[in-house]
Amino acid sequence: MVVFAAMIIAPVLYAIYLSLFREQLVGGTVFAGLENYITVFTDAKFWESLGRVTVFLVVQVPIMLVLSLTAALALDSARLHGAGFFRIAIFLPYAVPGVVAALIWGFIYGDQFGLTASINDLLGTSFAPLSGSWILGSIGNIVTWEFMGYNMLIFYAALKVIPGELYEAAEIDGAGAFRTVFSIKIPAVRGAIVIATIFSIIGSFQLFNEPNLLKPLAPNAISSYFTPNMYAYNLSFAGQQFNYAATVAIVMGVLTAVIAYVVQLRGSRKENA
Amino acid sequence: MAVIAPERKVRTPARRASGASRRPVRAGSGRRNPRQRRSIVLTIVMVIFTIYSIVPLVWLIVNATKTQPELFSSFGLWFGNGFSLFQNIADTLSYRNGIFLQWFGNTLLYVVVGAGGATLLATVAGYGLAKYKFPGKRAVFAIVLGAIAVPGTALAVPTFLMFSQVGLTNTPWAVILPSLVSPFGLYLVWTYASEAIPTELLEAARMDGAGEFRTFFTISLRLLAPGIVTVLLFAIVATWNNYFLPLIMLSDPQWYPLTVGLGQWSAQAIGVGAQPIYNLVITGSLLTIVPIVIAFLFLQRFWQSGLSAGSVKQ
Repeated sequence: MVVFAAMIIAPVLYAIYLSLFREQLVGGTVFAGLENYITVFTDAKFWESLGRVTVFLVVQVPIMLVLSLTAALALDSARLHGAGFFRIAIFLPYAVPGVVAALIWGFIYGDQFGLTASINDLLGTSFAPLSGSWILGSIGNIVTWEFMGYNMLIFYAALKVIPGELYEAAEIDGAGAFRTVFSIKIPAVRGAIVIATIFSIIGSFQLFNEPNLLKPLAPNAISSYFTPNMYAYNLSFAGQQFNYAATVAIVMGVLTAVIAYVVQLRGSRKENA
Repeated sequence: MAVIAPERKVRTPARRASGASRRPVRAGSGRRNPRQRRSIVLTIVMVIFTIYSIVPLVWLIVNATKTQPELFSSFGLWFGNGFSLFQNIADTLSYRNGIFLQWFGNTLLYVVVGAGGATLLATVAGYGLAKYKFPGKRAVFAIVLGAIAVPGTALAVPTFLMFSQVGLTNTPWAVILPSLVSPFGLYLVWTYASEAIPTELLEAARMDGAGEFRTFFTISLRLLAPGIVTVLLFAIVATWNNYFLPLIMLSDPQWYPLTVGLGQWSAQAIGVGAQPIYNLVITGSLLTIVPIVIAFLFLQRFWQSGLSAGSVKQ
């Protein structure tokens, strides 16, 4: 418990403490009250990065979860050849460290010796996943690749514990396969969907590894404030603005918690209805 | 839904605790309509998913066999003219006086101490919270749940600032100490312990005069074992794959784990005075994922049951 308190609660308190101060060129650190917070909310870079992860969130998370759910339902349908193999194969990317995943995809995206280059040669196209207009989609693809299998297994585990009687009842009532999927299976795994959504939202807001590792490959497409987390990182380690970085971290933490809480509430309310 | 939720909670741990069927029930075969044909369409859909999941890994393996010039001259998904995997491995291991091995050792250290410690703490704390009554229990529960929602990276920068005040940055402790805390692991052991260990059993042991420690080691630990293994596995993966925390905590390459080291090698290829070592980055990546993939394949049944325990929480 002591360790727990030291590692979770102390940094939070320290961050709040830091966020209330301001460093000056003359006179050192002074108490600044809410000044840093006002700065954050009027900071165009912060809003830009926040907007970017929001777009990412709205597009990538639903795509990934729908794919995962499709795969889980297919596994659960008992109508597959070699279901065990598919389960392992699709889950495998989760075991790959995010860093390595970003590196592999970075190479694949590359126009020098990546697969993209080969495909472009073959088709005569000039698709460039690392250019400014594609970069967000490219990162989304990496994240989807990493976590699709993980979410699939969570859904699959939830599907497995649906009591068999429900299916029998559905069959007696003459429900077809699609009807069963939408009326029984999906409502039954709503809890798992809510959990997976919350984790994905937290993950999206914390996006850091992938853009940070792709940055050397795509220096023009990824700025130092590409995501809020990268912004906080670069503020503190390139700009030495620790107080302001702490403020950004707190704002993001609170925002994440609020959104996760809202999703949780909405999810459970539907369940009770 | 009201019918399903409690059913689910009881069922999963009970089945696992009895050890009767560790292997997950095969996707309903037999349980459901046995006359259903296998579906070609569904299989094709899954094949597409699988190709998507596997191709990057195949790419990695194939390209780990190429020399640097071959990387540029040959098709990405097929082997080059030579087979230089072993040469690449040797080069990776010996580059800069074998710093890769040093990083490998660091990663192992962080995994053993960090993940091991995290599991130990989560087990003891989770068990205590589940089986002993004390004032303020509800408050602790709320805080733990809240802590799961607090993203690790949001804490990383403040933690770094705190550690630099006490001079802990740039030491292994800076990576190990934060890894010791696993709110999710704590939660998992907690729910697992409250369901898998019957309180009557503990009371019976106390009646027989067994002390608290003896009860814990002879009874509870055994019943908890599957849950503990799950927590350990996830802690190992989290520590092995950790990037952000060591990246900000460590500035001395001597203490880097593999992930940060590889990131640095990769960045080295671009910019002024670049010394691209793509073949080493690729081979190094392969060497990094091999142990963890093997661990996953061997311990399948554990993490699969652990995931279903994870999905119980709602």
